[in-house]
Amino acid sequence: MAMKLNPNRNVPEAADLTSKEAVLEELGREESYLHMVTRRFLKHKMAFFGLIVFAIFVLVALLAPVLAPYDPNKIFGDFDASPSSAHLLGTDQVGRDVLSRLIFGSQVSLTVGVGAVAIYVAIGIVLGLLAGYFGKWVDMIIMRITDVFMSFPYFMVILVLVSIVGPSLSNITTVIGLLGWPAIARLVRGSVLSIKEMDYVKAGVALGYSTPKIIFQHILPNALAPILVNATFGVASAIIMEASLSFLGMGVRPPAASWGNMLTEAESITVLSSQPWLWFPPGLMILLAVLSINFMGDGLRDAIESQQAK
Amino acid sequence: MGELLKVDKIKTEFKTDKGMVTSVDEVSFDLKEGETICLVGESGCGKSVTSLSIMHLLDKNGSVTHGSILLNGKELVNMSEAEMRKVRGNEISMIFQEPMTSLNPVLTIGDQLTEGIRLHMGYSKKEARDYAVEMLKKVGIPRAEGIVDDYPHRLSGGMRQRVMIAMALSCKPKLLIADEPTTALDVTIQAQILKLMKGLRSESKTAIILITHDLGVVAEMADKVAVMYAGQVVEETDVFTLFDNPKHPYTLGLMKSIPHITNPDDMRLESIPGSVPSVYNMPKGCRFYDRCPFAMKRCLEEKPELRPIEDKKSHSIRCFLYEKEEREFEEKKQDEKEVLS
Repeated sequence: MAMKLNPNRNVPEAADLTSKEAVLEELGREESYLHMVTRRFLKHKMAFFGLIVFAIFVLVALLAPVLAPYDPNKIFGDFDASPSSAHLLGTDQVGRDVLSRLIFGSQVSLTVGVGAVAIYVAIGIVLGLLAGYFGKWVDMIIMRITDVFMSFPYFMVILVLVSIVGPSLSNITTVIGLLGWPAIARLVRGSVLSIKEMDYVKAGVALGYSTPKIIFQHILPNALAPILVNATFGVASAIIMEASLSFLGMGVRPPAASWGNMLTEAESITVLSSQPWLWFPPGLMILLAVLSINFMGDGLRDAIESQQAK
Repeated sequence: MGELLKVDKIKTEFKTDKGMVTSVDEVSFDLKEGETICLVGESGCGKSVTSLSIMHLLDKNGSVTHGSILLNGKELVNMSEAEMRKVRGNEISMIFQEPMTSLNPVLTIGDQLTEGIRLHMGYSKKEARDYAVEMLKKVGIPRAEGIVDDYPHRLSGGMRQRVMIAMALSCKPKLLIADEPTTALDVTIQAQILKLMKGLRSESKTAIILITHDLGVVAEMADKVAVMYAGQVVEETDVFTLFDNPKHPYTLGLMKSIPHITNPDDMRLESIPGSVPSVYNMPKGCRFYDRCPFAMKRCLEEKPELRPIEDKKSHSIRCFLYEKEEREFEEKKQDEKEVLS
């Protein structure tokens, strides 16, 4: 009779779980880590908003040729025209359609943002892993190089380098990518220092795994969470960087459209005061893109960290 | 039953800011196929360092400076890292103390199990997976097909330790080093794990070095026991002799410090006063001098050697109290030799 009431008696592993743990384990069984992080991320209101805005940006950038009413470089007769049904956001000082340029500008921002971050995350991860895992002189050398890079006035160096190699979309992406890695390298190194002391890394060594395998397959996945958050914020700052460079004339070359070089037109007081359709939309776009990405970063961090805190 | 492992007077030293520090000194033991030796002693006495020395898993500032470790006649002490990698996981495997942290949280159980199998046994992905499931079943994990795709955080401590054992034994190692495999588990799970290890041992003829400070585990598992104190083996014998006829004052102290079922209700357990001497300041003579109830003047100055005495089975002690027995044993051996020749 007692056995009937307590069907778990015969299962040795189930017997040692208290009911709460059993429930938690049952819950855990139904969702993977990724699933859990996604759920938490989507529950985060700001992050969800950011995700939607960002998704719209990505769609717009991908579908630019379809969505834009005109060719972004086509010159119309009436320049400086205020918004009308033909040109929803008016035309600029040369007579190009502002809306079309705005739409094509999103391609530039996203390319620079994602491209530069991809480059520097790759560099940062490799250097950080090497420094953290091998320690000693490898660590010494890599970290001193990192210090040197971090002591540069970031913006000035980028400005100078871009002016040397010549402003273009691929050049800005590469330059930002080549200069942005120190923060990631430090982050990764820090994580690796603690992860490499974990028993599962020692167990890997004890099972005869090769060093690259341990570093990339066992340590790296455990260090990915903070990298991901950092990279998200990195995309936002790379977009701002591109806009700043373009604004200063060191970014994407006109006539190609970028939000930054569209803002250049706001340099004149007349435009600033009487033609807001020239500078307000690109400014708003930069703000929205950066904000949405930062919200996503926040949400991602919360989702991952609350998982780790559990 | 050939000799599998012969550890001969190894000395492990660590380079520190305060100079070289000796952690393990003159530790010797040998092990036959399918035999289990327990290394016993309190925290910090060099049990783990001894096992890490065998595996070449010491931190970068530590190394074996003297002595030899022979595995099947192969010298391990000066083996290169690349050669050692082939030995690890393949010929010698290791289980760690903390099952909660010994599995990588971001890889599935299957990923972690098949990795070693594919590496050392050259199985394909599919074969390795099937073999992994088979190993999980062997260590008594229910629902093994489901568990392979699970992440470690869904398993309890006992289950994880079973997975660790499956991982360690999957490549059929000749020697398994288990560093306090049951310390972090509760008693019922502990008993299950020990039972499992015993079963696997008799099935696969794997020799085991079991590191523990739990004399109950020793009684359950060991064939031979080496009692360690402050980096040295102070007494080595088979498990029955150790419990029936402990000799070294430290072993005697250990025995008194465990509860026994025949103890009267109001009896208090005895503890050994004092603590292990610091590695920076090892006494010149006997290392147990400070805490030994039988300490003599001589123990302060001279260093006792680990010598065999006459007993039912082989029995060696590092203590001057048994000098007479040790000498008699040596003379007897001499006599026997002369008779033979």
